[in-house]
Amino acid sequence: MSISHGPPSSAEADIPLKSSFANSSAVDVVPLLPASSRRTRVPRWLRRTTGPVLLLLLWQLLSSTGVLTADVLASPGRIAQVGGDLIADGSLTSAMGTSLQRVAAGLALGTLVGTGLALLSGLFRVGEDLVDAPVQMLRTVPFVGLIPLFIIWFGIGEAPKVAIITLGVTFPLYLNVYAGIRGVDSQLIEAGESLGLSRWGLVRHVVLPGALPSALTGLRYSLGIAWLALVFAEQVNADSGIGFLMVQARDFLRTDVIVVCLIVYAFLGLLADFIVRSLERLLLQWRPTFTGR
Amino acid sequence: MATDVHRPVSPQAAEAYQAARTAQAVRTAQAVHVEGLTRSFDGRAVIDRLQLDVRPGEFVALLGRSGCGKSTLLRILAGLDRDIEGTVLVPRRKAVAFQAPRLMPWKKVWRNVLLGLPGKPGRAVAEQALKEVGLDHRTDAWPKTLSGGEAQRASLARALVREPDLLLLDEPFGALDALTRIKAQRLVGELWQRRGCAVLLVTHDVEEAVLLADRVLVMDDGVIAHEQRVDLDRPRDITDPRFAELRAGLLERLGVDTAAEAA
Repeated sequence: MSISHGPPSSAEADIPLKSSFANSSAVDVVPLLPASSRRTRVPRWLRRTTGPVLLLLLWQLLSSTGVLTADVLASPGRIAQVGGDLIADGSLTSAMGTSLQRVAAGLALGTLVGTGLALLSGLFRVGEDLVDAPVQMLRTVPFVGLIPLFIIWFGIGEAPKVAIITLGVTFPLYLNVYAGIRGVDSQLIEAGESLGLSRWGLVRHVVLPGALPSALTGLRYSLGIAWLALVFAEQVNADSGIGFLMVQARDFLRTDVIVVCLIVYAFLGLLADFIVRSLERLLLQWRPTFTGR
Repeated sequence: MATDVHRPVSPQAAEAYQAARTAQAVRTAQAVHVEGLTRSFDGRAVIDRLQLDVRPGEFVALLGRSGCGKSTLLRILAGLDRDIEGTVLVPRRKAVAFQAPRLMPWKKVWRNVLLGLPGKPGRAVAEQALKEVGLDHRTDAWPKTLSGGEAQRASLARALVREPDLLLLDEPFGALDALTRIKAQRLVGELWQRRGCAVLLVTHDVEEAVLLADRVLVMDDGVIAHEQRVDLDRPRDITDPRFAELRAGLLERLGVDTAAEAA
């Protein structure tokens, strides 16, 4: 059977046509513009930078007209100058070095412990029974609250600071790696089994790669918490590092130095995020992702 | 085709081993031998004292209504389900292609093909297998970038590279569009004729079963309820009246009345 939508060839059709084939002007047509022509001409980076720049200008304006005094918040110009001075005399860079070292040590230890525990409870039923319940219990304790205890245990040197970062990093990583392992598609595990993979082969080729996206999400959370833990740890009994600079600045009412330190924290956080994102791009290139319009 | 090496799939290893030895002595001519197989879910027997034999190189299609246990049987033969009673003998070298291609998304196509192979086979082995299914141009692709038909062909290549004596196909064309399905069916037919391995195809498509199989089994109530030999010449023509007759007969067996359609 063929279906034709064309008008009847015969002029004397049995049924008079009521349609408006002949009268094409009755159809309301709109042009569908290609997507590219709808974009604004202002480039995206310019649009994105306009907001922060405007905010900065407003801040400078308020400072220079005296509405915002230096006791409350220093002006952006002043902050830039102080930042330059701190870098020039080396105090900022050495503080940054100390802080980075603490974060790196805490992160390394926390990653080791968190991932190790997650593997134990994710891969083995016994491990789950032994590890998961205590970890879930400890997780509910706010780790910052343990600072006094850590000072009693580890003194006031580097150890309590690294310990607090380690603790902060461990839990988000544990939770995400564990969830990642348990969330691996059982159909893929079955396929792996049918291909003759050994238990270790299944872990290596199916479970761990499958848990990786989740693990990297955990790592990002962990990095955020690592900085947070660093700020807490360094403001208690520190004699070096960015937090120490801030405590010192507070005692002398130096809002400019405090803001410089905050900017450094933000910058380091961004850097860490950039590293994880690059890692994701590298390790998860098999995953086609929605990149937004 | 050599199907001399059999491995029992059974919970009671000793008993099965004994059974395997005795059974093997009598019957070396079977690629699959199933006797008194029972599989229960929560006390309800989905497979109930089932008997099944498949000769080496034979193409067997297994039909049945959904939930009749045909996929369960396939999973048991694949060694993926061991909560069973009875004797099951299958070739040591067997391979499965599932309805979903089940490729590891984090491995490129050629690595997927080689996954789980003993030794360290080179890339050329994978390329050869992919060429056989007409997918050699996507060797380096990520599985998620493949179309449905391509992914299914990659899955077939992964099964064939194992040089199985028994190929288990679990509704492998079910998720494909009509045109791709016809091509995939033809491909499986060709591969089977070239390789000469025994094939068990689980499907719900009667036409597909009659098109490809030497023997069509209908499963019902946990047993093989009906058996139909298909003696048509290959390649088969679906417009052949004998084809239509077989198809109608099987549909009737499955509880679909074709009288109205035939009229």
